[in-house]
Amino acid sequence: MKFIYTLIPLCPLFAAIAAGLFGKRLGRVMSHRVTIGGVAMSFLLSLIAFQQVVLSGNTFNESIYTWMVSGGIRFEVGFLVDRLTVLMMLVVTFVSLMVHIYTIGYMHDDDGYQRFFSYISLFTFSMLMLVMSNNFMQLFFGWEAVGTVSYLLIGFWYKRDTAIFANMKAFLVNRVGDFGFILGIAAVVMYTGSLDYEEVFVKAQPLIGQTMSIMGGFEWSVLTVICICLFIGAMGKSAQMPLHVWLPDSMEGPTPISALIHAATMVTAGIFMVARMSPLFELSETALSFILVIGALTAFLMGLIGIVQHDIKRVVAYSTLSQLGYMTVALGASAYSAAIFHLMTHAFFKALLFLAAGSVIIALHHEQDMRKMGGLRKYLPITYWTSLIGSLALIGFPGLSGFFSKDLIIEAVHESTLPGATLAYWAVLAGVFVTAFYSFRMFFLVFHGKSRMDEHTEEHCHEPPNVVTWPLIALAVPSVIIGFMTMGPIVFGQYFEGVIFVDDSHNVIERVREHTTGAMSMLSHVPGSKAFYLAMAGVFFAWFFYLVKPEWPAKIQSKLGFLHRILDKKYGFDEFNQTVFAAGSVGIGAGLWRFGDQGVIDGAVVNGSAQGIGKLAGLARLSQSGYLFHYAFAMIIGLLVMMSIFLFI
Amino acid sequence: MDNLHLATPEIFMLFASCAVLVVDLFLKPGQRHMTYWLTQGSLLITLLLTYGQVGDTAGTAFSGAYTVDGMSAVLKSWILLIAIGGFVYTRDYIKDREIANGEYYVLGLFGVMGMMIMTSSNNLLTIYLGLELLALSLYAMVALYRSNADASEAAMKYFVLGALASGMLLYGMSMVYGSTGSLDLATISQALTTSDAGSTGARFGLTFIIVGLAFKLGAVPFHMWVPDVYDGAPTSVTLYISTAPKIAAFAMIIRLLVDGLEVLSSDWTLMFAILAALSLVVGNLLAIAQQNIKRMLAYSTISHVGFLLLGMVAANPEGYSASMFYAITYAFTTLAAFGVLLVLSRNGEEAVMLDDLSGLFRRNALAATVMMVALISLAGVPPLVGFYAKLSVLKAVISAGYVWLAVIAVIMSVVGAFYYLRAIKMMFFDDPVDSSEVPARMDVNATLAVNGLAVVVLGIFPGWIMAVCVRAFAG
Amino acid sequence: MIPLSHFLVLGAILFCLSVVGIFLNRKNVIILLMSIELMLLSVNMNFVTFSHFLDDGAGQIFVFFILTVAAAEAAIGLAILVVLFRNRQTINVADLNQLKG
Repeated sequence: MKFIYTLIPLCPLFAAIAAGLFGKRLGRVMSHRVTIGGVAMSFLLSLIAFQQVVLSGNTFNESIYTWMVSGGIRFEVGFLVDRLTVLMMLVVTFVSLMVHIYTIGYMHDDDGYQRFFSYISLFTFSMLMLVMSNNFMQLFFGWEAVGTVSYLLIGFWYKRDTAIFANMKAFLVNRVGDFGFILGIAAVVMYTGSLDYEEVFVKAQPLIGQTMSIMGGFEWSVLTVICICLFIGAMGKSAQMPLHVWLPDSMEGPTPISALIHAATMVTAGIFMVARMSPLFELSETALSFILVIGALTAFLMGLIGIVQHDIKRVVAYSTLSQLGYMTVALGASAYSAAIFHLMTHAFFKALLFLAAGSVIIALHHEQDMRKMGGLRKYLPITYWTSLIGSLALIGFPGLSGFFSKDLIIEAVHESTLPGATLAYWAVLAGVFVTAFYSFRMFFLVFHGKSRMDEHTEEHCHEPPNVVTWPLIALAVPSVIIGFMTMGPIVFGQYFEGVIFVDDSHNVIERVREHTTGAMSMLSHVPGSKAFYLAMAGVFFAWFFYLVKPEWPAKIQSKLGFLHRILDKKYGFDEFNQTVFAAGSVGIGAGLWRFGDQGVIDGAVVNGSAQGIGKLAGLARLSQSGYLFHYAFAMIIGLLVMMSIFLFI
Repeated sequence: MDNLHLATPEIFMLFASCAVLVVDLFLKPGQRHMTYWLTQGSLLITLLLTYGQVGDTAGTAFSGAYTVDGMSAVLKSWILLIAIGGFVYTRDYIKDREIANGEYYVLGLFGVMGMMIMTSSNNLLTIYLGLELLALSLYAMVALYRSNADASEAAMKYFVLGALASGMLLYGMSMVYGSTGSLDLATISQALTTSDAGSTGARFGLTFIIVGLAFKLGAVPFHMWVPDVYDGAPTSVTLYISTAPKIAAFAMIIRLLVDGLEVLSSDWTLMFAILAALSLVVGNLLAIAQQNIKRMLAYSTISHVGFLLLGMVAANPEGYSASMFYAITYAFTTLAAFGVLLVLSRNGEEAVMLDDLSGLFRRNALAATVMMVALISLAGVPPLVGFYAKLSVLKAVISAGYVWLAVIAVIMSVVGAFYYLRAIKMMFFDDPVDSSEVPARMDVNATLAVNGLAVVVLGIFPGWIMAVCVRAFAG
Repeated sequence: MIPLSHFLVLGAILFCLSVVGIFLNRKNVIILLMSIELMLLSVNMNFVTFSHFLDDGAGQIFVFFILTVAAAEAAIGLAILVVLFRNRQTINVADLNQLKG
């Protein structure tokens, strides 16, 4: 099995190397065949892993290779393949496979075709290394590797200035997150002396109650500090407020990337990580509350922004932010299984929505503004139906996959007793209405109503090729059925037994289980569910405002100009960062520079030492005079010095 | 005639070199490529013969003057491998400059033979012969670019200082011989262990021997020849000097000081500690001030010699194997760096100044990438092989109690990172002075790619070589 | 009988003379070659002495090898000298300073 598990991440890696280094020689067709073959292979092997782990019950936890041992800490490459990992592996490889196929159509005319395939295969490798890791070092490696590939991909069209800016932003914001993450890992190593998950979890138990002083006098629980630091890493990667600002801008990258990285996989790495570390997080209620509140704010506030966006991809991006907020709320409420369940269903329907948006974009020759769409239903029937499925799944229409996962989260939060749970409950509940409203606003604006395209575009508008539509259909199927099929075992069954650890005092899933026993009972609760009516209301308002009275939104907008401006400015996070962090730091920097930096630090320390070393080097150069007799003399002196050591010591 | 088969690689090498020399005499000018292929063929066969000895083969031949053990077969294999790679890189360079083709390869072969003898010798006489065989070949190779004034100046300096150093080495050997009564290293070691009588004379001789060794490696203050020879010699010869001979010099240190004079280790560790500290400081400091890339790499070599000596300072098997790892990995990393310089020195132009590197990525992406990997590895950034090499010698020296030396090493490697990164920055971000593409032959490209990949892969899997190095000193 | 130490002192004096010859001489490269030769001879002196006093033949065999190598070394040294003179029109040691820094 070790061999198969090793092969799973390596297949895409080799494919990426082949397409990356020899792309020109292989040509376009061979390049995509190689990479798709690599990912397909990983997917099939992941199925074998599923069979092994879930059906036969053989969890695998071994180190494959020891890189080095330093100070008693082992730096290893190792795999932990348990039920959680297998689930992630299947989601990652399946969505990645679909995106690979879809890319053939989407990037058809792009010069960087082979480069693109190489990157997404490399991404798949990194993501698999991340989820399969059994230690913090490899986790961090995967964490940074997915980040790096994602920067490469956001800046894929490096000739666009906006792409470069978005790239920069993603990079900077993620550095903040990574800083927290690495501090967290450092704290873990410091207090447990190990990088291995299992060892860390065992050694974390005695840390309960232990405190550390960070800044004069304040005593912090060690575990709380570790968990919050780790979660700050997750906030960066999973785009939680206030580190979310990079995700909407990352839509500058090609759409397949938005589907794969910024919806289905990479952004969920933070969620996965927290679920993986559940034995740590369960030990700190403060950290859980923190997570709960951050998630709730993200879920509600980011959804609101989605209402005022005009760019089709940005609407989906804000919806992703909001859904990531839901997952985070679930984590905070200790409903890890619900979070992972939502992660899985979301991966399918959100990838579907992104790819559908991409399909629309291809059909309209890379037009992304929804104000220039409308009435596309008759041109793009497959895209239309698959989008409908995706949107219904997203808003939680009963029976579709999103319904089970999202309602479960709402129920779970309702049961939670942690500080902040009430706020979170109302936030996620209100979020349901918002989600339904912006989803169907987008859906109606794009597919229904009068066409607002120009004539030229309309003439050429047709359904994209099969390589684009097949992945849509292939993703629509799980978007419909996966929730109903897997909810029982994953959430209410014993699936995560021994993988995810939940403390009895806040085991909300157990409490939900008291009145809901499975998918069927969930469906039977629909008539009494607040969430259902809110979702329907959202759809209704969207229909009313954008199809029946399309002139109303503009009127409301002018009446409530203030509110609209807040949303349009995205609560001013970007402006805040720009003015306070960027300009502020530039301003403070300029001041400091003038007084301190230029004079003291730059003059004396930085430049001083650089110049000093430079001068010293220049002087030392003179010793190499070029004269043979000097060289011989130096040797003789050396000999004499060594001789005197021998004589006197 | 005991165990003569152990020396098969060297015996084959001798006949093959003579054959190449003779065949070359009868070749017409248009057939010179034959010499190249014959050279590569003989090296390859010797490599196979040597590789066959890796593992369990051990024993002595020529009445104990020649030995095969865990270390020798491994180091010889690496020397041969690096020589083969080096000749691939240099082929076009010497053809372009009309450096006497046949003589170049034959001298190269004799030099490799000298290194092999140094690695396998077990007697003061064989060490001396191996050393001189290598040194004489190198002097001639440097001077072989007859029309170039710098090359002849470099050759003269190298020759005089080299002769001075080997004179000192010989003087030391004579003292050791006089005080122990034998030329055989094992007997010397035994004589020193059993009686204290000869130890004063041997310690006196040791000082001279260390001067000879330090000169070969290029440790401060016996380093003065390094920059001038690296700079003046044709780049192909610089590549030759800077790679495999470092491995051979390491082997010579082990033979003389560990196999022969380990009893005196308390004396030589202190001398090495001083040499290492000086090399680290001077090498890194002077490298910063260089605009000439060959001189920069020369000073970088000096600083790496400092690192290599750290493992010897530890004076225990852990340190020796760390140093062995360092020598091997340093040799093939430098091979890649000089290989790129040779690719750039095309059509009669020499790539000598740092400016010649600027914008390289746009001119030849593979060469720039390989150069980057090599430089980052030399700077010691994880996960490349140079990082692990530095880490293991540092660990060895710290566990031996020389913390101050480790601190100097770490500080100086931070200083050193500056000039490596400067070169990388120039390659990737600066505009090229001359933007024409730099093509390279297929075999050169393939060798560069393998070489660069080795630096990366062996950094991720250092255990592959480290295990061999540990085994070489395991008992 | 002349004691061992006298021979060793003679060897040391020869060695010192040759070393001084190498770094004090700033004129002619040929003198360097002569000094190197002298240095090897001083070592030979040592080896022969030790060989005699230890009653061991190996030292004298070493001397033969040193003589042979010295001959080869002188040949290469003179060859380099010729090339150098052709390129620089001088064999003055003090003029050999093009490579420095």
